[in-house]
Amino acid sequence: MKKYIKKAFADTVPVMTGYVVLGMGFGVIMSANGYGPLLSLAMSLLVYAGSMQYAAVGLFTGGASLVTAALTALAVNARHLFYGISMTEKYRGTGWKKPYLIFGLTDETYSLVCREEADTDYCFLVTLFDHIWWVSGTLIGALLGRGLPINTEGIDFALTALFLTIFTDQWMKKKDHVPAISGVVISVLCLLLFGPDRFLIPSMIGITAVLLLYMRKEKTV
Amino acid sequence: MNGTQVFLAILVIAAVTALLRFLPFLLFSGRKTPDWLIRFGGLLPYAAMGMLVVYCLKGVTFGALPGFLPALIAGAVVVGSYVWKKNTLVSIIGGTVCYMVLVQFVF
Repeated sequence: MKKYIKKAFADTVPVMTGYVVLGMGFGVIMSANGYGPLLSLAMSLLVYAGSMQYAAVGLFTGGASLVTAALTALAVNARHLFYGISMTEKYRGTGWKKPYLIFGLTDETYSLVCREEADTDYCFLVTLFDHIWWVSGTLIGALLGRGLPINTEGIDFALTALFLTIFTDQWMKKKDHVPAISGVVISVLCLLLFGPDRFLIPSMIGITAVLLLYMRKEKTV
Repeated sequence: MNGTQVFLAILVIAAVTALLRFLPFLLFSGRKTPDWLIRFGGLLPYAAMGMLVVYCLKGVTFGALPGFLPALIAGAVVVGSYVWKKNTLVSIIGGTVCYMVLVQFVF
């Protein structure tokens, strides 16, 4: 595992910038709403899902029921089913590391471990580093509260930028652009049809259908 | 919600999130994942990343310039700099700083 520490660390630096910043943002919002560092910490340790944690603050302040909280988590995080499906073979036989590898399979971690060349120890370290960045950012934000000296408006673009670079990288490395294009087009169509709060699940259904059809066509050609 | 209620809600959200992450692995722990699913899983990262980009940009509106121009310009900076230098960190920091300047001082 030692030989991967440097590489895993270097590869997660972009995630670190995104996670520390977004984790801080989460901690700051929690404390601004009167929820202390312990709750922020618990959430980042146990839930470890960025967009859901942001969405959850609204649920807390709005006094949502536990059922609403569960359903929201189901909708916002259903995309993780996607990641799991594509990692079942790769994470087979990974022993004691497996539960943690699965628990920590966030969007950003997935973007690094889904690459063909990534092996188990490397994936484990990437998962661990990313989790540490997220928790550290949360703690900093929760402890600083609203006392940050700079205007952080717009800093959440870091996550968009991270996904855009991965998308661009995948685009340049793969000749077949049908999966990437269908991901964007179907999501945009669903966004227009269903609105920003509920387009993820229709998008996933649409993407699944189109990719399955595409695979059948590929096979017969 | 008070602190205890929030903590309970956190546990519920954590359980649902973990369930979603573990479900595919639980379904295929005893048997080999079917071939078609493996091939499907191989195509997914490309579509999923496209979906995530759209998800991040879902707040963009086209009614007025400030609704979409900052994201468009900063997005172009990210993609352009990445194609040029292939350095993730440079593209992320450059794009984010560009976006922050645009939303705070320009628009």
